[in-house]
Amino acid sequence: MTLAASRDGYGAALLDMANDERIVVLEADLGKSTKSCLFRAEHPNRTFSMGIAEQNMMLVAAGMASTGKIPFASTFAIFTERGFEQVRNGIARPNLKVHLCGSHGGIHTGTDGSSAQSIEDLAIYRTLPNMTVMHPCDDLSTKALTKALVEHDRPSYTRTARNKTKRIYSEEQANSLEIGKFSIIREGEDVAILACGVMVSEAMDAADILATEGVKATVVDVHTIKPFDHDALSSLAQKCGAIVSAEDHSIIGGLGGAVAESLAANHPTPLEQVGVKDVFGMSGQPHELMEHYGLTMANIVDAAHKAISRRTA
Amino acid sequence: MTAAGPTCEQRTVEDLELIAKDCRREIVKMVKRANAGHPGGSLSVIDLLVGLYGNTLRVTIENPNHPDRDRVILSKGHASPAMYSALHAFGFIQEADLHSYRVFNGVCQGHVDSKWTPGVDFSGGSLGMGLSYGLGIALSGKMDAKDHFTWVILGDGECQEGEIWEAAMATVHHKVENLTVIVDVNGIQNDDFVDQQMVMGDLAAKWAAFGWKIKEIDGHDMSEICSAINWSKEAVGPCVILARTTKGKGVSFMENNPSFHGKAPNDEEFEQAMGELA
Repeated sequence: MTLAASRDGYGAALLDMANDERIVVLEADLGKSTKSCLFRAEHPNRTFSMGIAEQNMMLVAAGMASTGKIPFASTFAIFTERGFEQVRNGIARPNLKVHLCGSHGGIHTGTDGSSAQSIEDLAIYRTLPNMTVMHPCDDLSTKALTKALVEHDRPSYTRTARNKTKRIYSEEQANSLEIGKFSIIREGEDVAILACGVMVSEAMDAADILATEGVKATVVDVHTIKPFDHDALSSLAQKCGAIVSAEDHSIIGGLGGAVAESLAANHPTPLEQVGVKDVFGMSGQPHELMEHYGLTMANIVDAAHKAISRRTA
Repeated sequence: MTAAGPTCEQRTVEDLELIAKDCRREIVKMVKRANAGHPGGSLSVIDLLVGLYGNTLRVTIENPNHPDRDRVILSKGHASPAMYSALHAFGFIQEADLHSYRVFNGVCQGHVDSKWTPGVDFSGGSLGMGLSYGLGIALSGKMDAKDHFTWVILGDGECQEGEIWEAAMATVHHKVENLTVIVDVNGIQNDDFVDQQMVMGDLAAKWAAFGWKIKEIDGHDMSEICSAINWSKEAVGPCVILARTTKGKGVSFMENNPSFHGKAPNDEEFEQAMGELA
């Protein structure tokens, strides 16, 4: 088992793409944290420090994109939100291909406490027309999906995580991922667990436990929250009849919200949401916080049982 | 330079003044037809726009999206009637387009929008963003050793937005010289006089403190506008032209009157305005 943090995949992707002269990197004094520093070290002439000034960073990236550059701008997930209206009016509305990366997303960020733990980023960016929203689960999938953004025809927001979790994919598997398509990483017909980010490895562990109880679970890595793979969810709803969503994010508006909307519209099915229950975080070690806020494999197992129990015969 | 457009040699100051007068009439007509919009700030900024388009800008009506063109970023995007009247005067859009201002599915949207109007380089409407956007364009040009130039037009009330000063810092930090800011200092914002809403104090000192070169001009004097534009292109370092203007310039009852920031004239007022601008 290899442990890795998805933010490392972002840095690795930037370096891998550096031969494309259109790529430019913007930072807001957190390049060492988001890992854009790896690109800066090799390509300082195409890396722009914007200082601690996120609003300006968003529109500078937009202006660059208008000339044909492909800007990758990063800071902490929470601080991208400082420039939310800039993203809305200056990037998404004119559909400029700016790629934002918000690192240190979620409660899992840990001891920095509630001010740093964005639990709403996926929700707010998902509401913007034209925006693609991703939250990959490990370093290799983050690297592959970030590289895929070069040919993507829309702006995007990608959340990465600060801390290491279990690596889910091999390099080859990661390279086969497609933006906007569910990645089914375990098959079972009793319940489908849809997870993103650090909750994917929790979901895999939960599926192991469920298996010992005779419950066969499908596990999906929903690396792309938007565009949402409605067809794949409807198929899973039909096949399993019980759905669990799992995210290190508010249950309002993020993955759980997207799943609920899709099920209600296309294939009404019992859904249990594992996520942050409309509260702010606090300081603590990631494992303490995940337990406190109900974001563990045990919570996913309970949710699976509950969803199955609600299934109509 | 394939995107070469009109230059000051081709148009006299007197020509530009006549064009600006035509634009003033179109501005008032647009706002009257739509029964909405922002006449005050359009009338204050129009001489600056005409000075830019008629004096220096390298962009052609045949290819308004040429990658090497000069850009005009109207950050105070609510002054869209001024932009549309200038684009019409210089041939980028047609008279029929002026009639689409604020009309359903119209070419001329309520606030300037690059997706809708040929010749518009920036989608505005939310204050404070244009300088950052222009900086992004200018940085790209610098990176690629292109000689295109970017003009960013701000309002004085708009300078209350923090992002303006973030961008002012970043422009100097990155040693960007292919960009000039023009501030339309008309002294009035939406609710009231700028000094009542948020005192801006010595704007020249503020920009100078951020490392910009300053020139203060009468923003309705076309020869001062033209020479300031030429000064800023020759100067080393980012320049800001502080253009002292009168909100509502040219229509007596709109001049220096906060209530015409965002209000259309009634029928009687419209007739009077047309008479004054004849």
